[in-house]
Amino acid sequence: MIKVDDIHKSFGDAHILKGVSTQFEKGKTNLIIGQSGSGKTVFLKCLLGLFSPDKGNIIYNGKIYSNLSGDQQRNLRQEIGMVFQGSALFDSMTVEENVMFPLDMFTKQSKSEMQDRVDIVLRRVNLIDAHQKYPSEISGGMQKRVAIARAIVMNPKYLFCDEPNSGLDPKTAILIDNLIHEITQEFDITTVINTHDMNSVMEIGEKIIFLKNGYKEWEGSNKEIFKTDNKAVTDFVYSSDLFKKVRQMYLEERN
Amino acid sequence: MNYIASIGSYFIMIREVFKKPTKWPIMRKLILKEIDELIYGSLGIIIFISFFIGGVVAIQTALNITNPLIPRNLIGFATRQSVILEFAPTFTSIIMAGKVGSYITSSIGTMRVTEQIDALEVMGINSLNYLVFPKIIAMLLYPFVIAIAMYVGIFGGWIAGVFGGFSSSADFIEGIQLDFIPFHVAYSFIKTIAFALIIATIPSFHGFYMRGGALEVGKASTTSFVWTSVVIIIVNYVLTQLLLG
Repeated sequence: MIKVDDIHKSFGDAHILKGVSTQFEKGKTNLIIGQSGSGKTVFLKCLLGLFSPDKGNIIYNGKIYSNLSGDQQRNLRQEIGMVFQGSALFDSMTVEENVMFPLDMFTKQSKSEMQDRVDIVLRRVNLIDAHQKYPSEISGGMQKRVAIARAIVMNPKYLFCDEPNSGLDPKTAILIDNLIHEITQEFDITTVINTHDMNSVMEIGEKIIFLKNGYKEWEGSNKEIFKTDNKAVTDFVYSSDLFKKVRQMYLEERN
Repeated sequence: MNYIASIGSYFIMIREVFKKPTKWPIMRKLILKEIDELIYGSLGIIIFISFFIGGVVAIQTALNITNPLIPRNLIGFATRQSVILEFAPTFTSIIMAGKVGSYITSSIGTMRVTEQIDALEVMGINSLNYLVFPKIIAMLLYPFVIAIAMYVGIFGGWIAGVFGGFSSSADFIEGIQLDFIPFHVAYSFIKTIAFALIIATIPSFHGFYMRGGALEVGKASTTSFVWTSVVIIIVNYVLTQLLLG
């Protein structure tokens, strides 16, 4: 579980996060949504330890991140898997080498043990014939799946995804969403996804946090988001006619 | 004020490079890869440039000897002195600042833009050690490149002097042996090691701390080349004053 306690973050005069508190449960897919500039990425980078909050704490399983020593922070980071928006695969390495990289770096496994583990995770993300290809030789959807494979290869306790289905066609986006959701439940991981994608919100948002201007405006599940009267949330989530109709149908069905 | 902050950040970066080392088997592979990219990959251009620079120095010297009392072995002597003291270490380093420095800045800068550096950090890896340390170690072989540049430069001078009809082979060889001071070679190698560290670290600094997109990677490469060259020239002056002055 990750608990976030009143975090603030500024860059110069720009006050990006203005006291966000929440918690992310184990085995659940947690989504952070909000307009561009609402502080989502800064919030995610604070969770990852890439930015230090000016005030407030991030607590991983009862341990305050900022109170940990450098070595303890690095050890904790080895329990974190991250899927970046652009996949962030290492260009100079093949798919197999990318996925093997954390194992090579942090474990004392033999080459064959590492190979077996890589085969398992690549099969789990439905990538079988791409082992020797370079990131530039595979599609965006495949790159995302490699990034997911790399993120889960060390059996992480926490999985963070920054807009995992941006730039993907709708079918592949759903595939990636479902894959992350399944992995979260299968391995009992605490997953936090930063997204703009409303399909993800509807499909896999077991817990959703809506950020607006650096504040947590709303939180709830994908069921609750249909019922909410919060204008900021409805304006954002139901900005398209399609989603407005979906919501209307849902509410009519309930009544 | 910005310059002072950047200089401070540069030295903080250097300190970070030596913290929390990457596992040796991985580091060894990275070092060998960088030796291949930075040193072996530069030999062709260095040999080419050195050969012609040596030739030009010999021709220029020969054309400026108008007084018949000046011995013809001066061509060999001037070529040796010019190549060993300045052209091989300094001129070659400026070329390397362009070739290797741009490569370092753009490769690290691209990793920054595409979040590959963030990926390393999230994994708990000291990205500065992983990316910059192998380059520093690889560049420690740079004096060998300069030794080759010295040899080829003088050889180029000999070819141009003898086959251009400016000097006899015997005069030229007598010239390159004349009043030879071994410390001049040591001085040149001391400079070379300093330049190697500059070429490895200043472009890394510009790549690592850049922000923005593809356009900024290009700008960072240009800025990195300018600053690497400026620092090489200043350090060249300071070391020359200290070691020969």
